[in-house]
Amino acid sequence: MIKLEYPFTKDKIRELKVGDMVLISGKMFTGRDAIHKYLHEGNPSPVDLNNQIIYHCGPVVLENKDGSYEVKAAGPTTSIREEPYQWEVMRDHGILGVIGKGGMGPKTLEGNKKYGCVYFHAIGGAAQVLAEKIKSVDNVYLKEKFGSPEAIWELTVDEFPVVVTMDAHGNSLHEKVNTDSSNKLKSLL
Amino acid sequence: MAVRKKKKVAKTSSTKKKVAKKKVAKKKVAKKKVAKKKVAKKKVAKKKVAKKKVAKKAVKKKVQIAKKVIKKANSDKALFDTMLELTRVTSAEIPDDVQKVVLKALAREEKNTTAEYAMNIIQANIVLAKKKSQPICQDTGTIHIFVEHPVGLDQTKFRKITEKAIVKATQVGYLRQNSVDSLTGKNEGINIGPGHPDLHFKENPKRKSVKISMMLKGGGCENVGAQYSLPNTELGAGRDLDGVRKVILDAVQKAQGKGCGPGVLGICIGGDRGSGYKYSKEQLLRMLDDTNPHPDLKKLEKDIVETSNKLGIGPMGFGGKTTLLGCKIGVLNRLPASFFVSISYMCWAYRRKGIELSNKMEIKNWIY
Repeated sequence: MIKLEYPFTKDKIRELKVGDMVLISGKMFTGRDAIHKYLHEGNPSPVDLNNQIIYHCGPVVLENKDGSYEVKAAGPTTSIREEPYQWEVMRDHGILGVIGKGGMGPKTLEGNKKYGCVYFHAIGGAAQVLAEKIKSVDNVYLKEKFGSPEAIWELTVDEFPVVVTMDAHGNSLHEKVNTDSSNKLKSLL
Repeated sequence: MAVRKKKKVAKTSSTKKKVAKKKVAKKKVAKKKVAKKKVAKKKVAKKKVAKKKVAKKAVKKKVQIAKKVIKKANSDKALFDTMLELTRVTSAEIPDDVQKVVLKALAREEKNTTAEYAMNIIQANIVLAKKKSQPICQDTGTIHIFVEHPVGLDQTKFRKITEKAIVKATQVGYLRQNSVDSLTGKNEGINIGPGHPDLHFKENPKRKSVKISMMLKGGGCENVGAQYSLPNTELGAGRDLDGVRKVILDAVQKAQGKGCGPGVLGICIGGDRGSGYKYSKEQLLRMLDDTNPHPDLKKLEKDIVETSNKLGIGPMGFGGKTTLLGCKIGVLNRLPASFFVSISYMCWAYRRKGIELSNKMEIKNWIY
């Protein structure tokens, strides 16, 4: 088990390899479909994402009476929908990690290599285990515009469990499993 | 004159008589009047009694109506509480038959692999969600509700109360704000809108109580669902069970880990594009350990699970031994020109619960 701690650096990110099980501690920002499309259209990010990690997640968040927030459930959402935009967000906003589920495609893999980024796979559906790792909700951006699940939530996490499935060296576990299972299926039909 | 006088006397006497007669008559009239008055009084008395009776009846009726209103209000409140509780439990707990196969899958994976790691987190999540009474998965999905009821259920009212319960369930965090206007992208934050919730009624005269099944199906697994039209040249799939098998396995391979595997397939052979998908979802209401009454389908269900698990896609698509936890297949008639195979993929966070209601609209027992 590898521990990755804030502040994150390109060097640390480039050390990670496909199959590594990693516990992330520090900051992360949620961002999913609406945010990626918004950034792709050239809108400025409401928060500096340089050297930060984006988490493909639309959490269940309750607002307390004192105005603070409480995350009730926060698992990853399917990442492949961001495939057209992700490499651009790496290029234009300097992110060095993406957390999601289901993996991403060749554009993102290329982006990983070029801009020094990795794709971390969180366990899809494990909303409670992952919500427990969130220690605080520090801010929220674009909530009014996009609604709660699509907003950027700034979170502090402690030992958030993920698996590296696409590294910064051109390796993708998803590509491998897809090719292997496709070949296997041909032999079984 | 005397005669005249006599006449007069006579006249006077006759007038006297007349007067007397009149007096008698008057007396009679008076008596009659008295009698009438008496009768009238009696009538009034009777009327009063009658009025009192009517009043009593009215009060009784009012009480009855009030009781009915209270009873209705109570049963409305009971139904609201029932739907809220059903939503809470469906979102936070997976059914026992699913839990069993998840544990089996965990035991099957090799130690110290990412597949085992994934299954361990999945199992820990199932336990934690139940303990905290919070959503297993943050995508609390499309709310599918299937209601089977005896004759006479007020469906309009049922829908209204169900919608109220869903709004409440969203406010307290059993459900995510999950319903978005497809044109404007606006999220009202209440989970109510065209198509939401997805509510189906089925009247069954043989039923004595209302049965409700709820299923929460997330978007990730819904997105990897697929519909094939046979024949399919690319896959070499013809209009027979072998062709059906080929397209199902193709869908499993294409889904990879994107639907939050290991998953369960609900499949419909036949129907049209609409009914096929709907029926494929109804297959997901079946218990995982039930037996398909059709021997060919029973065989196919088993074969799909075994073959899929040889593909090495594994939990989350990390590679591993469990790609599918189950497969349920149903059949609808088709048109001569069409042969659809509709496949719905359910993630491991298989949220499906069912209840039977008492006459008071309270939860009588849990089906699963």
